[in-house]
This record gives sequence, structure tokens and C-alpha cells, in this order.
Amino acid sequence: MSEPTPPRPPFRLETLAKGALIGAILAVVAGLFVWAAGWLSPSRVSPGRMVDALETHGVHPGVRRAHEKGLCFAGHFDANGNGTALSRAGVFAQGRTPVFGRFSLGVGDPNSPDGVPGFHAIALSFQQANGEIWRTAMDDTPIFPIATPQSFIDFQLATAQDKTTGKPNPERVQAYMAAHPETRAFVKWLHDAPFAASFAASTYYSLNAFRFTNSQGQTRAVRWSLKPEAPFVEIDKAKLADLNKTQPNFLFDDAIQRLSQQPLRWELVVTLAQPGDPTNDATKPWPADREQVDVGTLVLDRASLEDNGPCRDVTFDPLILPAGISASDDPLLAARSAAYARSFTRRAGEQPTPPSALSKDAAARSALEGAR
Amino acid sequence: MNTPIRFSLALRALHWLMALMILTMLFVGVGMMSTASDARRWLYELHKPLGILILLLAAIRLIVRLVTKAPPLPANMPAIQKLAAHASHVLLYVLMFALPLIGWAMLSAGGYPISLLGSIHLPPIVSQSAPLYALLHAVHVTLALLLFGVVLVHLGAALLHGLIRRDGVFSAMASWKRGRF
Repeated sequence: MSEPTPPRPPFRLETLAKGALIGAILAVVAGLFVWAAGWLSPSRVSPGRMVDALETHGVHPGVRRAHEKGLCFAGHFDANGNGTALSRAGVFAQGRTPVFGRFSLGVGDPNSPDGVPGFHAIALSFQQANGEIWRTAMDDTPIFPIATPQSFIDFQLATAQDKTTGKPNPERVQAYMAAHPETRAFVKWLHDAPFAASFAASTYYSLNAFRFTNSQGQTRAVRWSLKPEAPFVEIDKAKLADLNKTQPNFLFDDAIQRLSQQPLRWELVVTLAQPGDPTNDATKPWPADREQVDVGTLVLDRASLEDNGPCRDVTFDPLILPAGISASDDPLLAARSAAYARSFTRRAGEQPTPPSALSKDAAARSALEGAR
Repeated sequence: MNTPIRFSLALRALHWLMALMILTMLFVGVGMMSTASDARRWLYELHKPLGILILLLAAIRLIVRLVTKAPPLPANMPAIQKLAAHASHVLLYVLMFALPLIGWAMLSAGGYPISLLGSIHLPPIVSQSAPLYALLHAVHVTLALLLFGVVLVHLGAALLHGLIRRDGVFSAMASWKRGRF
């Protein structure tokens, strides 16, 4: 050795103090890590707590924790170029972008019949030519019942099945509703709204606000919606109970049937916020007179069962966005992203994935075979 | 004798830069897993490019480490401690490569885009598969916690050498005085 190793110091109080200092430094670093990880903060609104709240309504291993029942489809988006003034995302440049996605019901059970109140939803994944991806999950309601992640958890827990009665506890539901006029307004809206008879003929809404930024760097708050070419059709709600018995998958059967006959089309319409329009609250609609820009046509032409379709093993995370589209200040966006990711991690680890409800529907299977 | 008493300047610079980045990365990682608040969004957007940067720097660092001479551990250090030191250093290098690569593969298997900054993104490195995603996710989390543990042991050992033993091990990485090598 070129430098003599210093002799080991004899044991002294100073050594003890230094040892304690080292221990304290390590304890502080480890403590900060534990704090960051939330292991000491059980009340933190975490992805795990959000999915746990959903699971109080029942767990179906291998299946999404929300919007469990679904059907895959594929098609494309034909942009008319009007969107380029609003967003520099490649999907809006005049031309065609491949799309796949999923129709789903947000009713809490992958084997539920279709005629129950809840969200009828469409989820899309746009594969831009430059490799970027845009995913969006939209419902057929212009507003959402819940404004914040904490309310989401509270709502799920309040409406969970009571272990003894098998039904939601009315007192807890009432207590939640009393504190949440926005949820009451939504429940009334859903009750009064007609029951859509077809996925193909519904309007779907982005729910949350986003930001579009164009190539000049100008940013605007927007929401978007899909307006169907097919005229809206409704089912008399009094007939749903019978339909649920005779044809439990009637909504999905209809979608498969229509897709086997001709492509389904929607116009993608971007609504521009005016200053003061709420961008951080999905329970509040914007005034009806806001400027709308038709940016192109969504064309769906093929359906496939989730069991062998492209839509099952992905999340339609609303924060998977190409450059030119970004998140707004709506707190639900990060919460949806977090909850979808945790749901995916859980179900992906529960193999094998069970067969979808529609794979057990002989009529649906044969219609899909016929279309191929 | 041509034995250095310090690591090369390049390696010392890389060590401290990466120490800061890796510690940040570990905190960002557990933080983004723990919250559904808006913080999750920017933590996640930081996690991916920072991980790829660590992977690139790890590759440069491994080359620098292999082509430069490292100072030997003190001759009077017990063999078992030397072995522990070397093994922990090998493990740190392995994890510096493994964590970003597994993270990249995990996102690929889950059908997630590997977006870094603006339009800049990386291609998938494995084909889409939910079971593979679940496996890689579990491995990524487990190895990250292991890395934090090894970093803590490394920090504790470094402070022990620097404050109590004062045997030149700490200054081999932490000294910036001009001198040999």
C-alpha cells in the first residue's frame, strides 16, 4: 500500500457518538422512504384504496374492477384536419389513424344482464403513425356523478353490499347522498334519461376536461364527445326485466349484429371552454352554447370477443395522451389513471383470465363467426 | 507502484450524479405507487425518462469502471468484509441495469406507451402479455425495494469507513483533492 492504513481507533465515547450519528442518518433516510411510500399513511387516497373500494362490490378474479362486461372492436379515425388548429397531435392531421377499443357496461359484474342502470361506455386507443398512443374512456352521460377521488371512495363504500343483507345499507347511502348534491343530481338525471337500446346509437362524452395545444403553442381547455350517425333508439324501462331473462346480452348482441352488417360511425366533436368554465369538476356541465369543432369521423367495422380481441389486456387510461393533448386540473384524471393501473396489475396477476360473458352466448359467437 | 488511492474523476462524478438520481428515482417510484392525487401524474412522467437516463449512465459507468483502475480495499480489512463489499457493488451494478430494463419491458408487456418527453418515446422490447406484465411488475417492485435496502447498507458502510475507520475507503470516492489519479 502506498498510504499506511491508520490504526484502528480505540473504543471511545466519540466512536459511540459517531455510530449513533450514522444510525440516525440511516433512520432518517429510511423514514422518509416509508413516508413517501405511504406505509404510515393509511388514509392517503392511494390507487390501492380506490380499487379496494371498487372491490367492496364484489371481486371477479382476472377481470377489470370497473366496466367489467365488454366487447372489443377495431376500426379507424378519419381526421378532417379541423383539429390541427386546436392540437398538434398527429391524430388530427387530415388522414387515417387505426383505432381499437371496447364497448362496456359499468354495472359491477362481468356476467350481469345488460338491462340494468349504469354507464354504457366506449373506450378507444388511437395508434398514431409516429408511434404515440391516445387512449380515452368515455361514458354515455354528459357528466359524472363524482367530483373527487375521495368522494369516489366514499361513494363506493357507501353503496357496497352489506354483508348481512346482501344489499346496500340505506342509512349509509342516505348519509352519502345528503352530503353530495352532485351525485343526487346525477342519479336523478340517470333515472329520467331514456335507456339507450344500442351502443351504436349513443353519444359518448369525455367527462373530464383536457387541454389541447396547437403547433403555435396556444393551449385551450376542451371536452370531447362522439356523436353517432345512427339515430338514438330507446328501450321502455318496464321491458328490461323480461329482456334480461330472454336475451341478457341484448346490448352487445345488437352491437355485434350491427357491426356484422355495416360500419358504425360517430363524429368526434371538440367543445371549447370559455374562461370560467369548470375544468376541475366532471360533475358540472359547460353551457350548451360553447363552440364545437367537428374534427373527424370514427369508423368501427369489426367486433371481436374480449377473449381473443385487442382490448382486454390494456387499460384505457385517460392520461395516455399524445403530445398536443394534456391533462386538465381535474383531480379525477390522475385518480382514474391510478385506479385503472392498479386494477390492471391485480387482474393481470390472476391467471387464467376467465372467459367473457359473451363467449358463452352462442348467438353472439355465431354472429362474430359469420362476420369473419 | 501504480496503485490509485481514488477512483477516477469520471467514475467519482458518475457515482455522485447517479447516487442522487437513483435515490430520487426510488422515492419517486414508491411515491407514485402510493397516491392517486395529481402528484402521481408528474411523478410518473419523471420516473420514465429518469429511468432511461440512469440506464444510459449505468452503461457509460460500467465501461469507465472496467477501463480504469480502482483503488484496493485496505489490506487489513477482513476477507469476509471485502467479499461483502465486492458483492454489494456487483449487486448495485446489476440493479442499475435491471430496474430500468425490467420497467421498460413491463410497460411493453402491459401495452403502455414508453413515452419520455413530448413526442419522444421508445419502442416496446417484449410483446404484449398480461401475465408477463404482472410478473415483471412484481419483480420491478421487489428489486426496487432490494435496491433501496442495498443503498442503505452501502451508505451505512460508507459512513462507517469515513467517520469511524477513516481507512481511505470513503475518500476513495468522496475526496476531490488534487493528487494521484
